[in-house]
Amino acid sequence: MKESVSGKASKRTLQSRRLFYCILPFIILSFLFSYFPLHGWIYAFYDYKPPLKLSQCDFVGWKWFETLFANKTQVAQIFQVMKNTLAMSLLGMLTSVFPIGFAIFLNEIKCKWFKSLVQTLTALPNFISWVLVYSVAFSLFTDGGLVNTLLQNMGLITTPIKFLDSDAHIYSWMTLWNVWKGLGWGAILYLAAIAGIDSELYEAARVDGANRFCLMKEITLPSLMPTFFVLLMMSVANFLNNGMDQYFVFQNSFNKEHIQVLDLYVYNVGMTGSSLSLATAISMLKSIISLILLTIVNILSKKTRGESII
Amino acid sequence: MKTRKMRHKRLKCNDVAFNLINHFVFIIITLICFYPFYYMIINTVSANDLSANGSIRFLPKSIHFDNYTQVLAINGLMRAALISIGRTVIGTACTVLASAFLGYVFTQEKMWHRRFWYRFFIITMYFNAGLIPMFITMKTLHLTNTFWVYIIPVIIQPFNIILVKTYIESMPRSLQEAAEIDGAGIFTVFGKIILPTAKPILATVAIFSAVGQWNSFQDTLIYVTEQKLYSLQYLLYTYINQASSLAAMVRNNGVSAVSAVALASQQTPTSIRMTVSVIVVLPILFVYPMFQQFFVKGIMIGSVKG
Repeated sequence: MKESVSGKASKRTLQSRRLFYCILPFIILSFLFSYFPLHGWIYAFYDYKPPLKLSQCDFVGWKWFETLFANKTQVAQIFQVMKNTLAMSLLGMLTSVFPIGFAIFLNEIKCKWFKSLVQTLTALPNFISWVLVYSVAFSLFTDGGLVNTLLQNMGLITTPIKFLDSDAHIYSWMTLWNVWKGLGWGAILYLAAIAGIDSELYEAARVDGANRFCLMKEITLPSLMPTFFVLLMMSVANFLNNGMDQYFVFQNSFNKEHIQVLDLYVYNVGMTGSSLSLATAISMLKSIISLILLTIVNILSKKTRGESII
Repeated sequence: MKTRKMRHKRLKCNDVAFNLINHFVFIIITLICFYPFYYMIINTVSANDLSANGSIRFLPKSIHFDNYTQVLAINGLMRAALISIGRTVIGTACTVLASAFLGYVFTQEKMWHRRFWYRFFIITMYFNAGLIPMFITMKTLHLTNTFWVYIIPVIIQPFNIILVKTYIESMPRSLQEAAEIDGAGIFTVFGKIILPTAKPILATVAIFSAVGQWNSFQDTLIYVTEQKLYSLQYLLYTYINQASSLAAMVRNNGVSAVSAVALASQQTPTSIRMTVSVIVVLPILFVYPMFQQFFVKGIMIGSVKG
């Protein structure tokens, strides 16, 4: 009797170990591509010159972190990059209310096929790459592109406007593309939330004499706030992570100064520019600050809503 | 009585006006979102001299498909298309299988230190080493300039694991238990029960990862220097930046002999750029509307859990 019990127990541990061995290859994969790369941070403390091995390069300690703030031109550059990053992130947050409006007003349309057609077509840009967005922008906004020819034909301008090769309004320009790409898709989440609202709420309010706009303002809008709050929190946590694809494809020698966000700056410094080590130092700082932001936001969310976002 | 009726009428009027404006605004927004794609498509099938001076706006004129036959003859484009298709198919298959298997194993309470290992995977969503350390890692692992750099690093997707795990947890347990009592091992249960029943969520995972693979561009930019491994997206990017030299190349290839007729089908920088763009976007245009429900399901589950 005793033997069989212990046999059963050992069989159970055997099984639980076997499950572990089954996912061991995946653990190794995850380790290799998520944890192991962290060792690269030591390159921030060396003067790394690519063909050489790390052991052949000089250990420079905090030099790269110091140069970030020591040299005047460097400080000016970092300042500009931070300004770009924060501006784009802030504009992104401000425009994140658009999908809510989109969803609320689309919900007022009763014609079903029209609604789903709008939903499908407006969400489409979300699924194309930034390279394609750039190609679209190129087709529409270059010298001989659609917009310039139209404006010229109407006699509004005589020389084509340089939309792409110019530094003017680059923040709004980038934000506009972001909105174009994300508006319809962003609204889908809210539309799903609206579909989940109890229809009796509307009935009751209607009986009380509320009109359409009242319903939109007093019932629909408040019920979307939790979702909006979570998304806003996430974008606060991702304040420094604009990603680089968008800015990379739109970047050229005219707009470089104002389009360089942190992610793009790291690429430009590291892969095409001066120093792999300096780029590593910057991205290391960025990662750490992002992690701290995420932690703070998470704590805040726990305190205010009693629910963590991660 | 009369005033009440009038008030009612005015309300009705307001309502109609609101509906009209609302519909109108959404038509405009939809056009802004969709027209650029339409514009590119009609321009690639219209006479190139007309499209070069911007006169194709609403309907294609003198339709021809020479752009497509000629662009497909460009050196390296077919290859890039194969690379893109290959990474989309293989990458998606790997990600779906891995996410499904991990999602399933993490529902097994008996697993050794389940909680710890689950967190081990999920926490990787919230930090990353950065561009240069990733590059150095790929170099150390000898993955740069290989096809596998497109596949292996993206097999593990924590978010997908969450999706699958949540889904499997919501399924009735009885089938699994019955199979286990019959002596089926985890691989049998996984293959015979989990894979078929979790199909909806796996479709979602598949479609997300396929779009991601097809659209991916940064990995080519950073890890690949060899031309024969370029993906379609990357090729398109280089084409946009050097379309004029490319047009000359196609012309010199003598695909179309220079004659009076050929002007309409002669390649211009614009025609090449747009044609390649349309080739890149067509799969998305066709796939997305068909699978929209899966995308929506994905973000729904994700937003509840994520």
